[in-house]
Amino acid sequence: MAKKRVILSGCEAAAEGAIRAGCSFYAGYPITPQNRFPEYMSERMPEVGGVFIQAESEVSAINMVFGAAVAGARAMTSSSSPGISLKQEGISYMAGCELPAVIINMNRGGPGLGDVTPSQSDYFQATRGGGHGDYRTITLAPWSVQEIYDLTYLAFTLADRYRNPVLILADGMIAQIMEPVKLLPVKKQMTKKRWALTGCKGRRPNFIKSLFLTPGVLETHNWKLERKYQKIAEKEQMYDTYMCENMDLLVVSFGTCARICFEAITMARSQGIKAGLFRPITLWPYPYEFLSRVAEKAKKVLVVEMNCGQMIEDVKLALRGDIHIFFYGRPGGGVPTSEEILKEIKRI
Amino acid sequence: MEKTKSYLYKKPESLTDNVTSYCPGCGHGIIHRIIGEVIDELGIREKTIGIAPVGCAVTAYDYFNFDITEAAHGRPPAVATGIKRYLPDRIVFTYQGDGDLAAIGTAEIIHTAARGENITVVFVNNGVYGMTKGQMAPTTLLGQKTTTTTNGRDPYRHGFPIRVCELLATLEGATYIERTKIDSVPDIIKTKRAIKKAFTYQIENRGFSLIEVLSTCPTNWKKTPSESMEWVRTEMASFFPPGVYKDKYNVNT
Repeated sequence: MAKKRVILSGCEAAAEGAIRAGCSFYAGYPITPQNRFPEYMSERMPEVGGVFIQAESEVSAINMVFGAAVAGARAMTSSSSPGISLKQEGISYMAGCELPAVIINMNRGGPGLGDVTPSQSDYFQATRGGGHGDYRTITLAPWSVQEIYDLTYLAFTLADRYRNPVLILADGMIAQIMEPVKLLPVKKQMTKKRWALTGCKGRRPNFIKSLFLTPGVLETHNWKLERKYQKIAEKEQMYDTYMCENMDLLVVSFGTCARICFEAITMARSQGIKAGLFRPITLWPYPYEFLSRVAEKAKKVLVVEMNCGQMIEDVKLALRGDIHIFFYGRPGGGVPTSEEILKEIKRI
Repeated sequence: MEKTKSYLYKKPESLTDNVTSYCPGCGHGIIHRIIGEVIDELGIREKTIGIAPVGCAVTAYDYFNFDITEAAHGRPPAVATGIKRYLPDRIVFTYQGDGDLAAIGTAEIIHTAARGENITVVFVNNGVYGMTKGQMAPTTLLGQKTTTTTNGRDPYRHGFPIRVCELLATLEGATYIERTKIDSVPDIIKTKRAIKKAFTYQIENRGFSLIEVLSTCPTNWKKTPSESMEWVRTEMASFFPPGVYKDKYNVNT
C-alpha cells in the first residue's frame, strides 16, 4: 500500500508531526510567521483528547509547557524570534530541572521587532543555550515541509530520552510554504516517566527543581548535565551532503538557505564547477567531525546564511583553520537567490 | 491490657520532619501547617501536586510530604495550569508570596483566574520581599519602611499598594476569593476553614480559588514576633480588610 501523502504548510506539518508523536499539550501565543501553528493545534488537539491553551503571554505559554512536562506530558510550544526571547526563562528552568519539551522557532529577522520575513538570525541564541546558566538545547534545522514534520516527530523522542528541551529552528519560508508530506503512524508506546509529578500514590514524593543552595551540589548537578550534553554530542549529530564526491568547493549552509544552495550547486555542476553541499541538520550538537572529513577534499569553503555569519564560528571550529572560509550572507529578512549564490561560488 | 493510642494533636502526614529555614515569628510555618492539616483531613495527599514559589518558601519541597515542583518567579499559576489541564483529577495548588503573585506574576494570576482554572492559590501577603532582605513589595503599606523605601513608602514616588482580592473578585472566572489573617487563634482557625473550602471546591470541580493570608515577617519588619502580629491586626488588616470577596457557591463551612 502506498504511503499516504497530504499537502500541508510547514506549520501544519510540524503540528501534525507533534500530534502523531504523542504530543498532548500545546500552549502558545500569536506571533507572525508561526500563527498557523496554534490555529492548527486549536482544531486538532481537542480531536485527539489533548490540551490547547492560548496563553496570555509567551512567558506563560512556556511555563504551562513546563507544568505539563512536570506532570509527564509530551508538551510543546511554538513562536517566532521575539517570542522565543521571552521563553528563554522557561527553557533555562526546564534545562535545569531536566524536563523534556519541544519548542519551535519560526525565525524572523531581528534584533528587536525586526521583520517577519525568513531569517536565520537566531542561530547563536539556539545553539549557545539562549537563556541564563550552563546548558544546551538540541537544535534541529529542517529544510523542507517533510523534514520539519519528521524532525518534530523525532524531537519528542530526543526530548524524552535526554530529559532536555529540543528546539526546532526554521523560518517563515518553511512555516508557510505547502508541500506534500508522507505521514508517520501515530505513536502509542510512550516512555514511562517515573520522575514525573502525578501524586505520590504508592511511592515517595517526587520533586522537580533547579535550585541547589547547598555548596557544591549545583556544581555536581552542572557536571551531570555536562556529561549528558557530551553524550548527546556523541550520539545525535545529523547532517546531509550533496555532490561531495569529486568536489573542489564546499558550500556549508542549513535550513531554507541550504535548499537554495542545493539549487545553486546543481547549476554550478551543470557548468562544470565542482561544488558540493554540507548541511548540518543538528545545529547543536554541531557535526564538527563529519564536516571536517567532508571538507578534506575541498580547496575552498563557502558558508551561506540568512544572517551576518553566525555559523562561521562552528565551521571554523570544525576546520581548525586548515582551509580558507568565505562567507555570503543576507541578514534582516533578505533571502538569497540561487543565481546570487552561484555568482558567489564563481567569484571565490 | 493493650491500650489504643489516640492522638488529640499530631504532626500532619503531609508535612516532613525537616526543620524549616523560617525565622522566629514568621507566618509561613503556621500556613504550611494549615495546608498540611487540610490535605490530611481531605485525604488527598497522594493526589496533590504543589507548586513552590521563588522567595522564602522556595524550599517548600523540604517541608511538604507530597509531590512538589519549583516554578520561576511569578509563574506558579501558569505551571499549575499546565499540570491541572494535563491531570485534571489531581489536586493542584500554588503557594505564592506578594512579590511573586502581585508584582512579577501579575499577568499569570489574573489570566489564570480569568480562565477559571480549577486550582487553589494560597497567597501569603507579608508586605515585603522576605528572602532578598526586605525590599518594597506591591503590598507594602503607605509609609512602611523597607530597604528600598527607607523613608517610608510614598505613593507619589513608589506607587500605591495593590489589593489582590478586590482586583480578582471582579473577574467572572474566579470562583472563591477570601482574605484572612493569622494574628490570633480564631483567625488561624478562619484561615484553615477558608483554605479547606478552597481545596474542597477544587475537589468538586468548582473552579479557581485564592486565599490571601495576611502574614508576618518580623526579621524584615524589624519587629518582635508579637509586635508583628499586632501590625497584621491593626495596620495590615485596615488596608487589606479580611473577608469573603467572592464565593460563587456561597457554601457554608
